[in-house]
Amino acid sequence: MALDSKTSNEAIQFKVVGTRPLRPDGIDKVTGRARFGADISAPGMLTGLVLRSPHAHAKIKSIDVSAAEAMEGVHAVVTRRDFPSLEPGSGTGDVLDNCMAGEKVLYDGHAVAAVAASSTHIARKALRAIKVEYERLDHVTDVDEAIKPGAPVLHPGRANESVPEGSSPNIMARYEFGHGDIEAGLAQADRVLERSYKTEATHQGYIEPHACLAQMGPDGQADLWCCTQGHYMVRNTCAEILGLAQGQLRVTASEIGGGFGGKTTVFLEPVALMLAKKSARPVKMVMSRSEVLRATGPTASSSVDVRIGMTKEGIITGAFAELRYQGGAYPGSPVDMGSMSAFAPYDLEHVKTVGWDIVTNRPKQAAYRAPGAPMAAFAVESAIDELAKGFGLDPLEVRLKNAAREGTRASYGPTYPAIGLEATLRKAKDHPHWSAPLGPNQGRGVACGFWFNFGGDTCVSLNVTPDGTVTVSEGNPDIGGSRASMSMMAAEELGIPYEKVRTIVADTGSLGQNEVTDGSRVTFAVGLATIKAARAAKAEMCKRAAMVWGIDAEAVEWKDGAAHPAGPNAGTHPPMTLAEIAAIASNTGGPIAGHCEANPEGAGVSFATHMVDTEVDPETGAVKILRYTVFQDAGKAVHPAYVEGQFQGGATQGIGWALNEEYIYGEDGILQNAGFLDYRIPVASDLPMIDTVILEIPNPGHPYGVRGVGETSIVPPLAAIANAVSEAAGVRMTDLPMSPPKVLKSIQNS
Amino acid sequence: MVQVKIWGSLSQFTEDRREVEIEAKNLRELLDGLAESYPGLKPQLERGVSVSIDGRVYNDSWFQPIEEDSEVVLLARLKGG
Amino acid sequence: MSKIHVTTKINGDPVEYLCEPDETLLDVLRDKLGMTGSKEGCGTGDCGACSVTVNGRLVCSCLVLGAEAEGTEIGTIEGMAQGEALHPLQQKFIEHAALQCGICTPGILVAAKSLLENNPDPTEEETRYWLAGNLCRCTGYDKIIRAVLDAAADMREAS
Repeated sequence: MALDSKTSNEAIQFKVVGTRPLRPDGIDKVTGRARFGADISAPGMLTGLVLRSPHAHAKIKSIDVSAAEAMEGVHAVVTRRDFPSLEPGSGTGDVLDNCMAGEKVLYDGHAVAAVAASSTHIARKALRAIKVEYERLDHVTDVDEAIKPGAPVLHPGRANESVPEGSSPNIMARYEFGHGDIEAGLAQADRVLERSYKTEATHQGYIEPHACLAQMGPDGQADLWCCTQGHYMVRNTCAEILGLAQGQLRVTASEIGGGFGGKTTVFLEPVALMLAKKSARPVKMVMSRSEVLRATGPTASSSVDVRIGMTKEGIITGAFAELRYQGGAYPGSPVDMGSMSAFAPYDLEHVKTVGWDIVTNRPKQAAYRAPGAPMAAFAVESAIDELAKGFGLDPLEVRLKNAAREGTRASYGPTYPAIGLEATLRKAKDHPHWSAPLGPNQGRGVACGFWFNFGGDTCVSLNVTPDGTVTVSEGNPDIGGSRASMSMMAAEELGIPYEKVRTIVADTGSLGQNEVTDGSRVTFAVGLATIKAARAAKAEMCKRAAMVWGIDAEAVEWKDGAAHPAGPNAGTHPPMTLAEIAAIASNTGGPIAGHCEANPEGAGVSFATHMVDTEVDPETGAVKILRYTVFQDAGKAVHPAYVEGQFQGGATQGIGWALNEEYIYGEDGILQNAGFLDYRIPVASDLPMIDTVILEIPNPGHPYGVRGVGETSIVPPLAAIANAVSEAAGVRMTDLPMSPPKVLKSIQNS
Repeated sequence: MVQVKIWGSLSQFTEDRREVEIEAKNLRELLDGLAESYPGLKPQLERGVSVSIDGRVYNDSWFQPIEEDSEVVLLARLKGG
Repeated sequence: MSKIHVTTKINGDPVEYLCEPDETLLDVLRDKLGMTGSKEGCGTGDCGACSVTVNGRLVCSCLVLGAEAEGTEIGTIEGMAQGEALHPLQQKFIEHAALQCGICTPGILVAAKSLLENNPDPTEEETRYWLAGNLCRCTGYDKIIRAVLDAAADMREAS
């Protein structure tokens, strides 16, 4: 589609955008009234539970469900045999296999059967009555072990055409990006640093477990309520898996208790629908926390080798990274994104990345906030820091010297338009945090991060009510305040107060296709569609006013919430407000609405610089975060409080990833820490306030200059913290998480 | 003719060329032209790609015009969280 | 399994219910009484999303049996506002944008109210440690802590 671009740098005088109004779902959420996934119920509903594999890798020889089916109170039992067969190796085929195992179980926690019963108690008993005969197979959970000769093989013959012959059969794809001549570049350096880095898998860690309620009639009409980042995706995926017509399956998104990428696919939903179909009753399914950790998410673990050459003046002459990501039991780790983003912040003549997508006996990875980028940035930003400090150079100055700018050819190919990296670096350098004194055992680290952002299919319907208020229907679950942002943009465009607009998230029967709430796309793309819908409504209202005034519609303009006659032949008429036009809509042609169905492309890339102070306890290896400041380009901050919230939340997830969080598998391939006690995400007492500095370098691809902000903030923290801890501990940390035992060991070995 | 930059691991299907010429006035013609001239690219094109045109990323819009002197770069299909 | 008859008070209202001996107070609240404001994030007392008070004491309702509520007074998020009037903590959470997704918010509000009843003038550190049992994955806690401290200051002024 043709985009409304900002054609000049002339600043728009915003009235609503950029303020901090109260969110429309605020009262519901502070009073407990808001209905999340597990809060929905239906008369006569059954409880659905899933039986999961106790093995990391095994052939399913047989499943006997007869005893469970015969139990009083059990209304349905399903296994993979109940589902239509999909093409193996197709994207949806893998999703189905992940929701319900076929011939093999591929990880600890893989679903093998499910029951629907009249009570949770009976459902649990029924699960115990299902007899599964397994033939155990060797397993592998580490990314580097998985590609050694002789490693257990998950999917023989599934590598795609990019993988060279003779590679490990657990390699699914290979990616290579970059330009120039690496060896020639490295040869110009005063020092070439070679380092390897590892990160563990971390979970998105949303506090709300997956939950859904399904019902299906014998006529094939089905309804599903669930917590998801994209109910249109749920509809389409479930329809394909169950062989339903998309139009017959209506999905309603509940409030969503966090997602961070982890709710961009389905786990329970097709199973719940199948149980509902077999039992002819509504079926509700809610995961336990242990199920969430064992069988959903997490992100990939990574192993990255870096070679970077730098002159003693701090110029990077050549940069190479080889990235190995394991994405669990199916192809599709975000190593492609990692490989494209690794060196994106820098202006490099000679740069190359090679990425390997590897499978292991772990749960299928799901997207996690800027998928693939944090691990790559950890490696690259650590190496740059080590080189800079080795030459006695200021690490911010070195980044400034090499920073990508407008006109720089990005390491992944394109030439950048206006971007904000340099602005974040300069702001960081001038910030009091940078010059604040440090005490003993303390260190300061900085790192940069990049994320792409994108748009995608979007529908918005804006209706003017007879009393002159406005409702906006959009199709993207509101995960962090987007209903407020949409109301703000509609109010801005219409020239009416924010309080006159209410935005709702409509079900799949009410709007056309909407891409998932992901890719930091909502404020950008849904915002753009909201603005266009409002413009369409304005044009209609101008037309109605023109009818009343007996002049041409072209002679009417909209400003300050009212139609005004404009131009030499318009005559003099008192302005008609939105409410006045709405009141006579029935007399002038019927209800007034504006809508927009579009696939907005042209999302603006986003950059951030993070700065962090840490203190390391040399006795225990424990790390404390003393101070943290985020500098990020938001394009235009529609609701600055929510932009700050995204910066703070991303930084905190990065702190968890850097310091505590990790999937720990035993020798037996069983996840050892499937609970919030042992999988420890940051708590309030772990943290200081997270300071934020919002920069606004307008995105030329959006009428208000908006860029996505949600994902970039998780990219720099891993490296920023590693750089700070390395300085505080006096030893370079290259393995995440930097948990106390690991830090202590590094100190002792140094 | 449009100059298209393709990423490194795809060049095995373009006679080792990192930049190829395709006769195309829009995105659809570009993708069709690539698949026709270099059938080895087809599996990747079917799995999905993103295309940067003059620094802006496009995923799906077939009829996005491409000028002769546009900078066109093939990217792995963008994902997000 | 025979059920247990329980008589209790929830947010000041007398309530009776029958529950299984192994049923948690959280399940009773959510599934039997339709009070879904308390959330289950873990079921093991690690996340605090199900925080309620029992006789004024802050607990995870997933770790309390429904049967243990006999003769007690339970306070949940549903009882925090007085009619239309939000509790100052609730108001400050909205004003400070101290919630993003909002799933942890009921538990954090119940816990914060309990903090201010015990200590009307907490330091930032005391607030952070009191709320350390309530996980939030969205906010980084910054705006939550600010909202609690601001509400405490207002409440001190009002009293």
